[in-house]
Amino acid sequence: MNILDKLKSIDRRIIFVLIALTVILPILHPIGLPVRVSEPVRKLYEAIEALPPGSRVLISLDYDPATFPEVYPMNLAVVRHCFAKDLKVVAMALWPMGPSLGEMAFDVAAKEYNKEYGKDYVNLGYKIGGIVVIAQVAKALREAFPLDQLGTPIDSLPIMDGVTGFKDFKFIVDFSAGDPGIPYWVMIASSRYHMPLGAGCTAVSAPNFYPYLAAGQLVGLLGGMKGAAEYEKLVKASGLATSGMDAQSIAHAVIVFFIVFGNVIYFMTRRRRP
Amino acid sequence: MRRQVPLAITFIVGISIAAQFFIPHWPFSELFNTFNIWFMVILFFAMTLGIGNLIKLHTQKVYKRSPGWGYSLVLVIALLTMAASGIGWGLERGTFFYWLWQNIHIPMASTMFALLAFFIASASYRAFRARTIEATLLLVAAIVVMLGRVPLGALIHDKLPNLADWIMAYPNMAGQRAIMIGIALGTVSYSLRVILGIERTYLGGGK
Repeated sequence: MNILDKLKSIDRRIIFVLIALTVILPILHPIGLPVRVSEPVRKLYEAIEALPPGSRVLISLDYDPATFPEVYPMNLAVVRHCFAKDLKVVAMALWPMGPSLGEMAFDVAAKEYNKEYGKDYVNLGYKIGGIVVIAQVAKALREAFPLDQLGTPIDSLPIMDGVTGFKDFKFIVDFSAGDPGIPYWVMIASSRYHMPLGAGCTAVSAPNFYPYLAAGQLVGLLGGMKGAAEYEKLVKASGLATSGMDAQSIAHAVIVFFIVFGNVIYFMTRRRRP
Repeated sequence: MRRQVPLAITFIVGISIAAQFFIPHWPFSELFNTFNIWFMVILFFAMTLGIGNLIKLHTQKVYKRSPGWGYSLVLVIALLTMAASGIGWGLERGTFFYWLWQNIHIPMASTMFALLAFFIASASYRAFRARTIEATLLLVAAIVVMLGRVPLGALIHDKLPNLADWIMAYPNMAGQRAIMIGIALGTVSYSLRVILGIERTYLGGGK
């Protein structure tokens, strides 16, 4: 076996160790690479920035712990922005694990901005049904969510005074890690009720939603940890996403190196073949 | 009757829901509201049935000592522990359920997703080859987007992020739109077949 064959069949554990090092080392010793804000992220920020104080924002927590490192930082950054702007945040979820993750973001941001549960924000919890729940919330929110996540009747919460459906919200943000998620919100909230809609999703699913951005059905889009880091930069609150950017940069560079190196070996071995 | 009744229900519900998109007034708006609530209730029962099935299947696997029964045992214990702690002592902060959720569930689920990075790196080295012109185009686009979408890209070349944005906003979007339109047309035609009773495979039971 010559050197090229050996490189071609390199032990995958070596690749795993290299990737582990490229992720761990930048986290332990941050480089502080500058984050550039992209257009879809800026547009979402500007849309929330333009809302008058006291407006209600509906946030849908459609993600789970598997996508926590990517979606939670953007959830926290947007909640921080809403609280900084004195907006009222109503959260709901189409994923069963979304409410608990959203609650973690509320806990952090509410302490920072001295916000009160039931008055400045509320977590309505999870409801099974996907697109049907969205359609129900649009017209009859109280029928879909008569109680909040803790079992408190929403009639007793000041933030829900007079809220019957989409018409009582100025903006909707969906944090989505899959199905049910962004396409359903676009179909009902944006296309049918013409609600301004923003979204945050995992990096791998972000390309799927560019047609919605171009059509104006999504006001803005946060894609993966990078999108979250950009939003953290805009709200001037560095967090988990910003600290993960160095590691992600180096990991991407290493994967690109593997692709190029793998192809170089492929072409060299092909040329040698009789 | 076992076929006619489900077909009739599908037809009535399908037509009513489709009609209310175009006629959002009584009686379609009311019907839509009622069907939405029914749908949520039915889904809840379907979920309960699913959980029951899951427990039955894995308990049988443990009882018969089938291959991989140890994993089934872990699944059943984990499921029952989480359910019992949530139902018995609540879901709020400070409860045993919340502790399990924060200290076991979140780290384990995040770890599973993070493992993807290792497999992607390994696969990129072994499988991502510029064998054809199309594959080369895909490969170059992937490299530009991967580097352009992280802060390092701007340090390599200040135009790299712009190029990555352009790829996402034009070639990617054109492809995504084509896929979406195809899926939408397929969904519409399949839905029509189901509503009109032409497509009956969802009823089960062969012919």
